[in-house]
Amino acid sequence: MMLYDFFLGPFVEFSFMRLALVGCFALALGCAPIGLFLVLRRMSLVGDAMSHAILPGAAIAFIAYGLSLTALSIGGLVAGLTVVLLSGLVTRLTQQKEDASFAAFYLLSLASGVLIVSKWGSNVDLMHILFGTVLAVDPPALLLVAGIATITLLGLALFYRPLVVESFDPEFLRVTSGGGALAHFVFLVLVVLNLVAGFQALGTLMAVGLMMLPATSARMWAQSLPALMAVAVGFAMLAGYLGLLISYHANLPSGPSIILVAGIGYLASLALGSHGGLLWRVLKFKHLEG
Amino acid sequence: MTALALENLTLSYQRHPVVHHVSGTFRLGSSTAIVGPNGAGKSTLLKAIVGLISPDHGRVSFDGIARGQLAYLPQQANIERQFPISVLDTILLGAANEAGRWQRWFGGTSHADRERAASALGRVGLAGFEDRPVSALSSGQFQRVLFARILLQDAPLILLDEPFTAIDARTTNDLLQIVEHWKLEGRTVIAVLHDFDQVRQHFEQTLLLAKECVAWGSSGEVLTRDNLLRANGMAENWVPDAAVCHRDEEITA
Repeated sequence: MMLYDFFLGPFVEFSFMRLALVGCFALALGCAPIGLFLVLRRMSLVGDAMSHAILPGAAIAFIAYGLSLTALSIGGLVAGLTVVLLSGLVTRLTQQKEDASFAAFYLLSLASGVLIVSKWGSNVDLMHILFGTVLAVDPPALLLVAGIATITLLGLALFYRPLVVESFDPEFLRVTSGGGALAHFVFLVLVVLNLVAGFQALGTLMAVGLMMLPATSARMWAQSLPALMAVAVGFAMLAGYLGLLISYHANLPSGPSIILVAGIGYLASLALGSHGGLLWRVLKFKHLEG
Repeated sequence: MTALALENLTLSYQRHPVVHHVSGTFRLGSSTAIVGPNGAGKSTLLKAIVGLISPDHGRVSFDGIARGQLAYLPQQANIERQFPISVLDTILLGAANEAGRWQRWFGGTSHADRERAASALGRVGLAGFEDRPVSALSSGQFQRVLFARILLQDAPLILLDEPFTAIDARTTNDLLQIVEHWKLEGRTVIAVLHDFDQVRQHFEQTLLLAKECVAWGSSGEVLTRDNLLRANGMAENWVPDAAVCHRDEEITA
């Protein structure tokens, strides 16, 4: 029964662990496919930028309403969407590339966020917003995360084709049906939504981790888009489960544990992945030499 | 009958013209080569026809064909070749060319579409490549796939921007056969090309462009030494930063 106690015990015994686990699974379902599209569209760092952009909205909400789930989510959402809209507008109206305008606006946003927190909040507030607490996920928070995962999956299913075409051959989309900008915008809104879901559990800084690490790892294991998505989601769920387990047994903070597990998975994928894993390259060299 | 007409068309980037007061018509079912030195505005002209950029002056008017009914192959296809998509799915993007955006965005592909895609793949000489990821293809194979997608688009007007640049002789020949077939089917083909022998052999009309229209007519008459020298002369006098256009009068007919 040792194994049972180790692997399932904590979740059977404590409801907060169960809630955290289900929260992680819901996050994985939404974040992983979004992260995959970010990677495929060469926008990996945009996810990072957006996670910082959410800070001032969350900070203002936190200071005004305290640790209110609704307020934090709406605040983060408003700040994130403002940055998406402004940088989208600048990209289309000037010659600035999207990554540059995103960088500019997220920095503006981040700086105002830090300013607001240090002037009117306390360091504890900042720590909470930056790092979150997955173990504090309560049923309303879980509903929010699950709701966002549902919206994400429905949105991706609905806009799958324009998103794929826009990522693969944007000019073709513009010539044949147009509307690439709309598909792109819907996608960015989904990115913001998932970061808002993620920062409840993992904090603004680490929410991106569950998005990007499983997605980049999946690239080492699969080649078709559906397979990539399946691998990324499975990977993110596993990271959530193992991360929570480790944080429980070793008495470590849960957010970083989850992301570190995902990170170790990424390193393992780099080494062992069936599509271009480094270890196979080394072994092949040895074979050739021998 | 005209397929489309250029009416005193001027195209520019930040008001510096690259295509200057060009007028003329493409007949329905004709094949036209657009030739001219680098920087002559050939690709820009195609982009204006396709609708990727809008004219500063004059217009492109479609007669026998709707703008939605064209197939376009860009020059250095701005395509993410590493994207995890199969050859079959790439070609299937060309299905339902006439359908509206709703259909193209949310509609599925039928069994008939898939059969057409497989036969198009056969016609470009890549039978059996359906499930390969596009990232595993060579440039020549990828260009064949893009031709197969155009086959599936089944468009009455086909625009090709330097389709045979960096493509080997065998692939070029195979793809030219497909162009010949399009001509037989009565499709209007417009292609930017650099190989004059190719133009003389396969395209009845030629538009010689050097920012302004140097000559436009049957390929034999246009591709003369005089005309080419004039075009090159205009290209040699070409200034990297063309003057801002103030003239409005027609320069060439």
